[in-house]
Amino acid sequence: MLRVQGLSKRYGTTEVVRGLDLHVRRGECFGLLGPNGAGKTTTLRLLLGLIEPDSGQIELAGIPVPARAREARMKVGVVPQIDNLDPDFTVRENLLAYGSYFGLDQRKITERVPMLLEFAGLTHKADAPIAQLSGGMKRRLTLARALVHDPDILFLDEPTTGLDPQARHLIWQGLRRLIAEGKTIVLTTHFMDEAERLTDRLAILDHGRIVAEGAPSALINAHIEPAVVEVFGDGMEVWAREHAATLCQRSETVGETLFCYTATPEIPIAALKQTPGLRYLHRPSSLEDVFLKLTGRDLRD
Amino acid sequence: MSFLHLPQPSWRFIPVWRRNYLVWKKLAIPSILGNLADPMLYMLGLGFGLGSLLPNVGGAPYITFLAAGTVAYSTMNAATFEVLYSSFSRMHVQRTWDAILNAPMTLDDVMLGELTWAASKSLLSGVAILAVIWGLGLYGSFWMTLWIIPVVALVGFCFGGMGLVMNAVSPSYDFFLYYFTLVITPMVLLCGVFFPVSQLPPLLQSISAWLPLTHAIDLARPLVMGQVPQSILLHIGALLIYGSVGYVLALALTRRRLLK
Repeated sequence: MLRVQGLSKRYGTTEVVRGLDLHVRRGECFGLLGPNGAGKTTTLRLLLGLIEPDSGQIELAGIPVPARAREARMKVGVVPQIDNLDPDFTVRENLLAYGSYFGLDQRKITERVPMLLEFAGLTHKADAPIAQLSGGMKRRLTLARALVHDPDILFLDEPTTGLDPQARHLIWQGLRRLIAEGKTIVLTTHFMDEAERLTDRLAILDHGRIVAEGAPSALINAHIEPAVVEVFGDGMEVWAREHAATLCQRSETVGETLFCYTATPEIPIAALKQTPGLRYLHRPSSLEDVFLKLTGRDLRD
Repeated sequence: MSFLHLPQPSWRFIPVWRRNYLVWKKLAIPSILGNLADPMLYMLGLGFGLGSLLPNVGGAPYITFLAAGTVAYSTMNAATFEVLYSSFSRMHVQRTWDAILNAPMTLDDVMLGELTWAASKSLLSGVAILAVIWGLGLYGSFWMTLWIIPVVALVGFCFGGMGLVMNAVSPSYDFFLYYFTLVITPMVLLCGVFFPVSQLPPLLQSISAWLPLTHAIDLARPLVMGQVPQSILLHIGALLIYGSVGYVLALALTRRRLLK
């Protein structure tokens, strides 16, 4: 459905995307993860043919991009990171106007509108102005808008950033429904739980290149010890100095917390129980641990 | 992609035009009144007020002279306001252009849609002033005044294209004030809206001859007075060049702004 080879994009002297290879199969939900500035949004814009790559090949739904980007975009629905619903229109009018940009016959769009409104859970808001919608409603409408031309593939750029938990779950529910219908989805996110929940496969992007790729569970198995014991409280630093190297397979101190990675968590836990003043949290390793291991803990502003 | 390349327009600009039309239609009456009140007040106030002191300007009653200038001036303003403030809202604030560009549309289509919309809206402004001219009988020949309609559309295209350049380079709404104080207002004073260009010192007259509003007025004024304009092709050519160069330049600058 999507094939990318050796994709590169430079701005001035900064290489934003550096030799990216991607292959997304039909019906797959593929995640593009990375810290801010890793090149996720630039990659999406390249895939849509909005900007031209310096080198590399893109084939989207079997169509070469950017050479035939117009045709390719007929097959793609986009949910952008920054909300850009048309505030001069109502909910229904937004869908109608957006359909017209795809050259669709107004009658044909009108027929699809009730289904799209139902999908977005906005049937009761059909004639409301955009200003009356909550953040979650706006996102759902943006998602429905991306479906107005019944695309085969969807690009979502951080679809749930800024939403409350209830609203996020509604978006996830909608996305799962689309996956079940056989749509192909490419989404960027920096929420690990979102990626773990939704994606079949994902690529972790850093400094414009892929540092790891695979199914979420496979990435956890391949890159990190199965359990984490987080240690905090008074005396953490002393304990870290004296025991971390022997009791943990790998450890890392971040601020007030020691992350002790291990396949045998009972060993550090037994030691911790005998150290008053220290508290700990034992949990299975997650995608977030992989992400932080691979991309580092530095702030990316 | 080179910085400057020839626009590749397609019929896909029509949905963009239509989008703006549908939004305008919702508030059509207040929008028309808002657009017209200002030029109309100037035209009638100055026309009757000064007109009583100046019985004959450029071979016609002053109000007729002024009405012809106002047609061009009001059209210029309508096109300029549309591509400055309204297009800027759609491009920068509401990000409507970004949304449209994710559909199978190019920036060429979007900006042609904006330009044709600005020309359409300014056509309406020009025609409204023309209607007042008809109503007050300020014309030489009614049939001749019908030619003002295509002239006004061309004037809208010209100033729409020029204004889009400002839209492309502006960081915020405040920036547009420069365009008004440095370009639009001087043009109103130099191009013969309120008084004949021949009253200006020779240096200013020669500057005036290069300005697009002068060409617009040189077409509109004779038509109001029932005469065939002189050097028609020169004026049409000048307006077309200002508008097209503006559009092509604006396209290149906007591409750099949005699609980098």
